[in-house]
Amino acid sequence: MKKTIRLDMWKGISFFFLALFLLILVYPLFGILRQSVISGEGQFTFAEFQKFFSQPYYTKTIINSLTVSIAITLATLLIGVPFAYFYSFYQLKGAKFLFVIAILCTMSAPFIGAYSWIMLLGRSGLITKFIRDAFGIRIGSIYGFNGILLVQALKLFPLVFIYMNGVFKNIDSTLLEAAENMGCTGIKRFFKVIIQLAMPTILAASLLVFMRAFADFGTPLLIGEGYRTFPVEIYNQYLGENGTNYSFASAISVIAILVTTAIFFLQKWITKRYNFPISALHPVTKKTPKGIRGVLMYVYCYALIAIAFLPQLYIVYLSFRNMDGAVIKDGFSLGNFEMASKRLLGRSVSNTLIFGAVALIIIILFAILISYLVVRRSNPLNNGIDTLAMIPYIMPGSVIGIALVIAFGKQPFALTGTAAIMIMALVIRRMPYTIRSATATLQNIPISTEEAAISLGASKLKTFARVTVPMMGNGIISGAVLSWVAIVTELSSAIILYNNRNITMTMSAYVAISRGNYGLAAAFSTLLTALTTVSLIVYLWLSKSEDIKL
Amino acid sequence: MSVNIIIKNAVKKYGENTIIKGLDLSVKKGEFFTLLGPSGCGKTTLLRMIAGFNSIEGGDFYFNDKRINDLNPSVRHIGMVFQNYAIFPHMTVRKNVEFGLKNKKFPTDQIRSQTDRFLKLMQIDSFADRMPDKLSGGQQQRVALARALVIEPNVLLMDEPLSNLDAKLRLEMRSVIKQIQNSVGITTIYVTHDQEEAMAVSDRIAVMNAGVIQHIGTPKDIYQRPANLFVSTFIGRSNILKGRLNIQSGRAVLEIGDYRANIDGVADKHLKQQDVQVSVRPEEFLLSHAQSDEGIPATVDDAVFLGLNTHYFVHMDDGERVEIIQESTMKNDIKAGSRISLGVNTEKINLFSSDGSQNLLSGVNNDVTQN
Ligand SMILES: Nc1ncnc2c1ncn2[C@@H]1O[C@H](COP(=O)(O)OP(=O)(O)O)[C@@H](O)[C@H]1O
Ligand SMILES: [Mg+2]
Repeated sequence: MKKTIRLDMWKGISFFFLALFLLILVYPLFGILRQSVISGEGQFTFAEFQKFFSQPYYTKTIINSLTVSIAITLATLLIGVPFAYFYSFYQLKGAKFLFVIAILCTMSAPFIGAYSWIMLLGRSGLITKFIRDAFGIRIGSIYGFNGILLVQALKLFPLVFIYMNGVFKNIDSTLLEAAENMGCTGIKRFFKVIIQLAMPTILAASLLVFMRAFADFGTPLLIGEGYRTFPVEIYNQYLGENGTNYSFASAISVIAILVTTAIFFLQKWITKRYNFPISALHPVTKKTPKGIRGVLMYVYCYALIAIAFLPQLYIVYLSFRNMDGAVIKDGFSLGNFEMASKRLLGRSVSNTLIFGAVALIIIILFAILISYLVVRRSNPLNNGIDTLAMIPYIMPGSVIGIALVIAFGKQPFALTGTAAIMIMALVIRRMPYTIRSATATLQNIPISTEEAAISLGASKLKTFARVTVPMMGNGIISGAVLSWVAIVTELSSAIILYNNRNITMTMSAYVAISRGNYGLAAAFSTLLTALTTVSLIVYLWLSKSEDIKL
Repeated sequence: MSVNIIIKNAVKKYGENTIIKGLDLSVKKGEFFTLLGPSGCGKTTLLRMIAGFNSIEGGDFYFNDKRINDLNPSVRHIGMVFQNYAIFPHMTVRKNVEFGLKNKKFPTDQIRSQTDRFLKLMQIDSFADRMPDKLSGGQQQRVALARALVIEPNVLLMDEPLSNLDAKLRLEMRSVIKQIQNSVGITTIYVTHDQEEAMAVSDRIAVMNAGVIQHIGTPKDIYQRPANLFVSTFIGRSNILKGRLNIQSGRAVLEIGDYRANIDGVADKHLKQQDVQVSVRPEEFLLSHAQSDEGIPATVDDAVFLGLNTHYFVHMDDGERVEIIQESTMKNDIKAGSRISLGVNTEKINLFSSDGSQNLLSGVNNDVTQN
C-alpha cells in the first residue's frame, strides 16, 4: 500500500497557526518572562521578584486582588444562585425583561459601574448628600474593598445566573420527585440534590467570575483608592514617574500569571470529581409563585436587577444634564454630546467600529479553522495549537497589554499606538472563548453529515465551505455578538496600548473620567451603552434562546 | 448502473486492534444484501471501508473489475443512508436532494427533472421547500433515501437506517426501502442488528460475529439450516439441549436423556458417534399431554395465551428450561403445573458439533468461502 505525503491545505493552515501563535502568544509571553529576570544592565537577576516579595507595599497588591476576587466570587454566588433558582423554577412575570437587563448589566463597559456608583454613593454622590441632608447620617465609605465588592458583585452576578439557569433547566423533574419521595424536600432538597447536581456548573461559573474579578482593571482604578490591586500596580509601573519600569511590571505580570494558572488547574481538578452528565427528558414545569413567599421572590428579583442596572441608567441621565467638570448644574441639554464631538468622538467611534469589526472577523475565521483542525483533524500538532490558543485565558488584560508593548513596542516592530497592535490585543483577548464555543459547536455536529456530502461527490473544500461552516453558523454568530460587546468595551489592555491615534470609545470615556470631565464621560459611556444594547438585541434576535455563553 | 461487489481478504485495524481479519464477501449485481450481527461486531466498520471513510489495512475491494481501495469516497459513486440521516440542516428538502447532482455538474433542467422524479418516488414532493427540522423522522428518512438514490449510484449503502424510528414507522419504512430497491434495482448493502428486519428485506444475509462472517445465505437458508450454533441462536429463538448422536445399524439416532429419535438428514462425513448440541426452535417441539414413555418428561411453569399462538415455559425433569410455542387450540387444557412429555420435529431441528462450530446436517447452504 502506498502512502503519499502531500502538503495539503489543512497542513498548511496548521503551520500558519503554529507560526502565528508562536509570534503573537509565545513570543510576548516569553518576553515578559525574560524581562522579569533581566536587569537594566542586561544581567540575569531575581532582583525584581525580591523587591516584590520583600516589600509589603507590593505583596499586598496580589493579596488584595486575591481577597477581593474571592469575596466577589462568593457574593455573586450568594446573590446569583437564588436569582437563578427563582427564575428557573418559578413562572415570574416579566422574566424576559429580568433576563435582558441582567445581561445588559454584565456587558456594560468595565468602568461604568465604578464611575456611576461614585456619582451616587461617593463623597459628594447624589445619595450620600441626600441621606446626609435629610437624616444627618454619614454612610460608610464606598472607596476601597467595599466599593470594588459592591460594583463587581452587581456586575458579575448575571454570569452566575446565566450558568445556573442553563443547568437548572437541565435538571430532570423526576430526579426532584424521586428525592421528594424519599423524604428530601424544601431547603434540604435544594442543598442535597439541586446544588449537588449543579456543582460542576457552579465551579465553572465561579472560575469565570474569579478570573474576571481578578483581572479587572477599571473598577479598582476608579474606586479602589488605597486598596491597591495588581492590575492597577502593573499600570502604575508602566506609567511610572521616572520612566516605565518594564522589568518590575513584568515580574508582577509573571506572578499574576502563576496565580491565574494555579486557580485554573485547581478548578479543573475539583471539577473532575463532579464529572457526570445531566440532561432533562422531563424538564421541571415552572410553578407560579404564591403567597408571602411569592411576593418576597418578586421583591428580591426586581430589586436586585434595579440596583444592578441603576449605574447605567444614572449615567444615561447624567449625559443629558448640564455639567461643569464634576459638578451637576441645573437643566438638561445635549451639551455633553456636543463637547464629545469636539473631543475625538468621530475618531473614537470609527476606531471602535473598525477595530472591533476587523478583530471580530479575524477571530471568527481563526475559531472556525482551529476548531475544524482540533475536532476533525485531531493530531498532536493541532492539539498543540489548541493549547497555545488557550494561553490568553490565563493572562489578565493588563498583562497582555504589557506583553505586547514589550514584544512589539520596539524595532523591528514598533507597533505602539497603531491600529495593528490594538486589533492584535483584541484578537488575543477574545479568541480563546470563541474557539471554545466553536469547538463545542462542531463536536455536536455528527461527522456523517459531512460524509454524506463527500459521498455525494463534493470535494473536501466544498464540503467544508458549503456544509461544515453553515452548520456551525448559528453557534458562531451568536457567540460572535458577545465577543463583539467584549471587544468594544475592552479597557485593561487598551489602556496600555492606546494613544490619541488609535483611541476607542471606551478609552475616550475613561480619559474623560480621569480628567474629571464627568459630563463628557457620561456622553461617551451612554453611546457605548447604546452600542452594547443594540448588539444584545441583535444577539437575542439571532439566537432566539437563553443559552448564552460568555 | 449497478455493479457487483467483491471483497477479498479485507483487514481492518484500529491501532493494534484487528477488528476484521481476512474477510471475503461477494455481492451480486442488483442484490439486496444485509450485514447482520450483534452490536460491535464490525458491520459499520466494513460498510465504511466500502464507502471509503475508513482506511483499509489489507485486502482488495472491487466494484465489477475496478479496484476501489485507493479511490476517494467522492468518486466511488456511492449512495449512502446514515443512521442519523445526516440531512443538511441548512438546506431545504429540494436543495438536499439536488446536492449530489450539482456536484456532478448535471445540466440545470436535468437536475430539476431528476430531483422531481425522486421527490415523487419517495412521496416527499409536497415538502420540497421545507427545512428538514420541520419534518418527522420518517420524512427525513425519505429525504435521505431520495438524496442517496437521485445520483443513480453504483451501490446503495445503508447503516441501520431504521433504528431511530418508532416501531410502527420502522415497519412502514422497511417496506418502502424494499420496494424502492426493487424498482430501482440497485446493488444494496444494508446493515442492521435486527434479525427480523434483515429477514424482511434481504435477498441474502451475511451473519457476522466478532469481525468474522459466520453464514451467508437467503433468509430461509439461515433460519432453517444455520451454519453453526451462533447463527442458530442469533437468528430467531432456539432452545439448546445437550444430546448424543448414536449410529444404530447404519442409521443416526439422536438421544436426549432417555428420549430417542431417528434423524435422517445427518451429512455423511459427520455420521459417527459423538456428543452434540441440539437446537430446537420453540415451534419445533411436539407437546403431548399424555404421559408416555417415549417423550422427555417435563412440567409446565407458565402458559401464556397470545391469540394465534400459546407460549409455554417449561422445565424438564433434569432442570433444563425451554420455551415452546404451539398454535392455540379451542380446549387448551395445558395449564401451569401440568405434567407433559416432549418430542422434537426431527425434520426441522438442527444438530451441531459439541463445540457448536458446525451444523452436522446436510442441506446447509452457506456462501462463505471456507479457507
Ligand atoms: N474509530 C474507532 N477507533 C477504535 N475502535 C473502533 C473505532 N470504530 C469502531 N471501533 C471498534 O470496532 C469494533 C466494531 O465497531 P462497529 O463496526 O461500529 O460495530 P457495529 O457497527 O457492528 O456495531 C468495535 O469493537 C468498536 O469498538
Ligand atoms: Mg454500527
